[in-house]
Amino acid sequence: MTYLLLWYGWFRGEILAIPGRVIALLFFLVLFGAPLVTQDPYYLRIITLATVFALFATSWDVLSGFTGQINLGHALFFGVSGYMAGLLNTHFGMPPWLTIPTGALTGVAVGLIAGIPALRLRGIYLGLVTLTFPLILLGIFFTFPEFTGGELGISGIERLAFSRILSYYIVVAVFTLSVFFMWKFTDAGSKIFRVGLILHAIREDEITARASGINTTGYKFLAFAVSGFFAGIAGGLFVHYMRIAAPSMLELVFSFQAILWTIFGGVATIYGAVAGVFILFPMLELLSLTEWGEQSRFIIFTVILILTLLFMPEGLTVWVLDKLEIKCPRCKLVNVFTRRTCRACRAPLRNQEN
Amino acid sequence: MVIDILVNGLVAGGIYAVLAVGFSLIFGVARIVNMAHTAFYMLTAYFIFVGTTMFNIPLVASLLIAIGLITIIGLICFKLFFDRVKQHETTVMIISVALAMLFQEILFLVFGGHYTGIPPIAKGFVDIASIRVSYQHIFAIVTTGLILLGLWLLLSKTGLGKAIRAVSQDREIANLMGINVNQIFLIVMGISVALAGLAGAVIAPIYMVSPLMWIQPLTIVLASVVLGGLGSVGGCVVGALILGYTEIIVTFLVPGGASLRGAVSMSIMVVVLLVRPEGLFGVVFEEERL
Repeated sequence: MTYLLLWYGWFRGEILAIPGRVIALLFFLVLFGAPLVTQDPYYLRIITLATVFALFATSWDVLSGFTGQINLGHALFFGVSGYMAGLLNTHFGMPPWLTIPTGALTGVAVGLIAGIPALRLRGIYLGLVTLTFPLILLGIFFTFPEFTGGELGISGIERLAFSRILSYYIVVAVFTLSVFFMWKFTDAGSKIFRVGLILHAIREDEITARASGINTTGYKFLAFAVSGFFAGIAGGLFVHYMRIAAPSMLELVFSFQAILWTIFGGVATIYGAVAGVFILFPMLELLSLTEWGEQSRFIIFTVILILTLLFMPEGLTVWVLDKLEIKCPRCKLVNVFTRRTCRACRAPLRNQEN
Repeated sequence: MVIDILVNGLVAGGIYAVLAVGFSLIFGVARIVNMAHTAFYMLTAYFIFVGTTMFNIPLVASLLIAIGLITIIGLICFKLFFDRVKQHETTVMIISVALAMLFQEILFLVFGGHYTGIPPIAKGFVDIASIRVSYQHIFAIVTTGLILLGLWLLLSKTGLGKAIRAVSQDREIANLMGINVNQIFLIVMGISVALAGLAGAVIAPIYMVSPLMWIQPLTIVLASVVLGGLGSVGGCVVGALILGYTEIIVTFLVPGGASLRGAVSMSIMVVVLLVRPEGLFGVVFEEERL
C-alpha cells in the first residue's frame, strides 16, 4: 500500500504536473487503445504507417538534430534495410522476426559506411554528399532489375502477422520501445547515459568537444549506427506491412519528407519528430478523402510547412510547450502555465508582468 | 559517335554549368542553399510552354517574358521567405525544398503529370563529319558560352562584380566599406534566378518538360557545385562540364547506362570529396573544416 502511495506521488510529481508529459502519456494511451475503439482497417492503416514514419523521422532527429550531422539522404537506411528484408523474405523464406533485425543490422552497416564522409566534411557539404547516396543506389538498382525488381520493386513479401490487430500492436510496441530508447540515448540530462550530452557537445562545437578529450569520431559513428539501426527497423516494418519494397523508398522526396516532418514538429527533441508525423501524415491522408483535397493535399502540406518555418522556426512542439510550461526561475522545475508560483519552492513565476 | 559525345556532352555540361553557376553565386554571396534553383528552371520551361501554345506569343518574345517573370518570382520568394530566416542555413534549405515541392505540385495540378514539348528556336540540322547536329544544340552551346562569358566579365571587370566578390569574401567588412549588403543579396538572387531561367529557356526545346524535371538536374547541379568547390564560380563550371561529359559517355558507352549515369556522376563527386574535401577549386573556410 505504501509502495502504491509512493508510486502515485512520483506519478503526480513527475507526470501530472508537467503538461508535456501528460500529453505524451495521453498519446501513448490513445495509441495502444485505438484498436479497442475502432477496428476500421483504414484508420488502423493510417496509424500504423504514421507509427513507422515516426520511427523513421525520429532516427533522423538523433543523427541530424542532436548530433548535427546533416543527413539529406536518410532514405538510404530505410530503403537498404527494407530491400534487405524483402529479398531475404522472398528468396530465402525467412520470417519477419528474422528479416527485420537483419535489415536493421544492414542499416547499421550502411550507417557506418555513410558516416565515413562525416570524418572530413561538415554542415551543408556533408548534407550534399549524403543526399547522393540513395540516388547512387537507386541507379544501381535500376541497372540490375532482375535482382531488385527494377522500377516495380519486390512484391509478395510476407505480412507482418496473421491478423491486422496483431501487426498493429507489433508496430506500436516496437515504436514505443525504440522511441523510449532514443529519448534516453539523446537526453543530455540523463544520469544513465553520458552519450546525450556528448552528442549535443559535438553539434554545438566539435573542436571544443575534441579538445575536451572526447573521441568525436567514435561518437559520430555511434550516432550514425544508432540512427541507421532504427531507420532500418522502420524500413523492415514498412516493407512487411505494405508487402512491397519499392524504389520510391530511396527517392529524394522520401528523404526530404522525414526532414520536413521533423522540422515541423521541432528539431532535436525526439517528441517533435513524433508529433510532426502524427499531425501531418494523418492530416494528409484524411484530406485525400475529399476530391479537392486529393489534388491539392501536397500544396497544403508545403504551405503549412513554409508558414511553420517562417513563424515558428523552432518547430510546433517547442512553440506549444513554450506556451504551456514555465520553468521556475529559482529551482528550474517545470510548472503548468496556470500556476502563479512554483510548485516546489513557491517562487513567483511571473514577476515581469506585475 | 565521338562527335555525338562531344556535342551532347557540351550541351549537357553547359546547361549544368549555367545552373550550377547561379546556385553557386547565391550560396557564395548570401550562404543560401537554394534547392528551389532548378524549380525556377522548370517554371521557366512551363512559362514558355504556356506562352507559345496557349497565348500564341512568338517564341522569342515568350522566352524573354518567361525569363523576366521568373526573375520577379525569384525576387519575391527571396523577399518573402529566404530573407527572413537567412541566418539559419538549414532552415533556408528546408524552406527552399518545400518551395520546390510547392511549385511541382502546382504544376501537377495545372498541367497534369504528362510530358510536353516546346518547339525549337532554330529548326533544322547541319552535317558535321557525317553526324547530324541540330541547330538547337549549336544554339544551346553558343548561348551557354555567351552567358558564362558575360557573367565572368560582370564579376571580374565591373564595380558591381567587385562588390559581389567583396560580400562573398567577408560580409561584415564589405558592409563597413559602404557596400549595401542587402541590396547585393537581392541583385545576386536576381542574377541567379535569371541564369536558371536562361538555362530553362535554352534547354526546354531539347529535353522533355514535366513537373518532375527539377529533381534530376538538381542532383547533378549539387554534385558539380560540390565537386568544383562550393562558392567557387570557375570551379563549378569545370565540375559541371566533367559531370556533363561523364553522364553522356556513360549513356553512350555503357549498356543500360541511362539509369546509371546519375550514379556514376555522383560517385565521382563522392570520391573527389573524400580525397579533397574542399572540392577541386574550393576555397578553404577555416570554420567549415574539421
